[in-house]
Amino acid sequence: MRVMAIVKASKDSEAGKMPSEELLAAMGEFNEELVKAGVMLAGEGLHPSSKGVRVTFGGDDERTVIDGPFAETKELIAGYWLLQVRSMDEAVEWMKRCPNPHHEAGAIEIRPVFEADDFGEEFTPELREQEERLRAQAEQNR
Amino acid sequence: MSERDARRAIDAVWRIESARLIAALARMTGDVGLAEDLAQDALVAALEQWPRAGVPDKPGAWLMATAKNRAIDRLRRGEMAARKEQELGREAELRARVGERDLAAAADDDVEDDLLSLIFTACHPVLPTEARVALTLRLVGSLTTTEIARAFLAKEATVAQRIVRAKRTLAEARVPIEVPGAAEREERLASVLEVIYAIFNEGYAASGGEEWIRADLCEEAMRLGRILAGLMPREPEVLGLAALMELQAARFPARTGPGGEAVPLMEQDRSRWDLVLIGRGTAALERAEALGRPLGPYALQAAIAACHARARTPEATDWERIVALYDALAALAGSPVVRLNRAVAVGMAFGPAAGLELLDGLAGEPALRGYHLLPAARGELLERLGRDEEAAAEFDRAAELSGNAREREVLRARAR
Repeated sequence: MRVMAIVKASKDSEAGKMPSEELLAAMGEFNEELVKAGVMLAGEGLHPSSKGVRVTFGGDDERTVIDGPFAETKELIAGYWLLQVRSMDEAVEWMKRCPNPHHEAGAIEIRPVFEADDFGEEFTPELREQEERLRAQAEQNR
Repeated sequence: MSERDARRAIDAVWRIESARLIAALARMTGDVGLAEDLAQDALVAALEQWPRAGVPDKPGAWLMATAKNRAIDRLRRGEMAARKEQELGREAELRARVGERDLAAAADDDVEDDLLSLIFTACHPVLPTEARVALTLRLVGSLTTTEIARAFLAKEATVAQRIVRAKRTLAEARVPIEVPGAAEREERLASVLEVIYAIFNEGYAASGGEEWIRADLCEEAMRLGRILAGLMPREPEVLGLAALMELQAARFPARTGPGGEAVPLMEQDRSRWDLVLIGRGTAALERAEALGRPLGPYALQAAIAACHARARTPEATDWERIVALYDALAALAGSPVVRLNRAVAVGMAFGPAAGLELLDGLAGEPALRGYHLLPAARGELLERLGRDEEAAAEFDRAAELSGNAREREVLRARAR
């Protein structure tokens, strides 16, 4: 399965304060561990929300563009990993080994990524029906 | 911590640590079977202690220290000495070897060397392929015997016995646990790559109710491929195999239709291809090419897969390059199937008549007798030449030969 491990933002990350050299080195080592274990698919750090933009949807037709920064620091994200693991437990165990991404209280949130099978359970009967309708139509058009 | 939480945490730790643990113990004891027993002892100790005491800060080091203590206990009881007598002769020597290595203090290089040695040992050519596959999944992939049996649709007892026998064979053949030297390196590496790709193909060929389990097998193979690519970053074929698996897996979401039927490459919805895996696959292939050595069969197959991955529409496919890559592949591994695929590519690059001529040359090939893709390819090319009746006959023949009911339906429909 694939999971995304999301690093939540902190006051420092939102202030654009770069991590210490020590933390960067520790993070580099951790990333290398993930790569060596064949677990890491991708990962990036994000600039603070002051460099971000939001496109908000008022309704189906309404679009508004809002420049950052955004207020709710703890809900913002500062980076992510995309991991391939066997279970959520494995992802949890990996992230427990992550150096604290900020020198203060913070969180990494782990969320499973939707996969084709997840849709399968929900949508297959409907898709099947649609497929059968299309097939019937194709037969008629022959 | 509840019993259940502890159990889940231990499973996760085991998944992450066990290969390195077994690898280090195997190096110390010189015996893969014994190493696994000791690692299991440590796992049992964790199951007893962690629910009460909590998961230690450095669970890997804890498991290693525990396993080493068990090794010394066994030595004291003479059990291990008896077992190792023939090979080592002296208890003291083994005691020294167990003592000198401390996983926590070991340099990264040593840990990597141990892991690579374990992989080469589990994939040793002295073992039949199915035993190598089972042993690799067990020792390096940290799958349980039950999981392996489920994935391969085999009986658990059969797999268990296969693993026991494999370990015994390695011990009896006195296979040294080491990375092979230059003289046998190529052959031994080929054996490792074969095992990983066999695991991938077992999952790739999945169909029916067990699909989800078997798709996991592809993920295991990809993980092993990535681990090996990390350990041997200067081997083009290692990177080539990693690239090939990523690129093939990228097409998984598009390769079956809503009814579970196979969708041929040229008809797949390319918007469903996995861009993360395509990016990873092409990057691994570029690393293989950058080594500046001739590409082997895996890297060449990856390069062909990359041509398809790069084409946003079927029409945009660079068939001439694919033909050139098949030429190189045929020169290395000129199997009839490679020649068949090359003929199809020629048909796409230089017109159906040219492809058909090559296929005619394969007509008497014994290895392709009964292979449904030969008449299917002929049907395709004949159809494009406007020779519809002959094409229909070929599709009918292909349908007869196909072992897959849904594929048969598709081919029958084309014959009409």
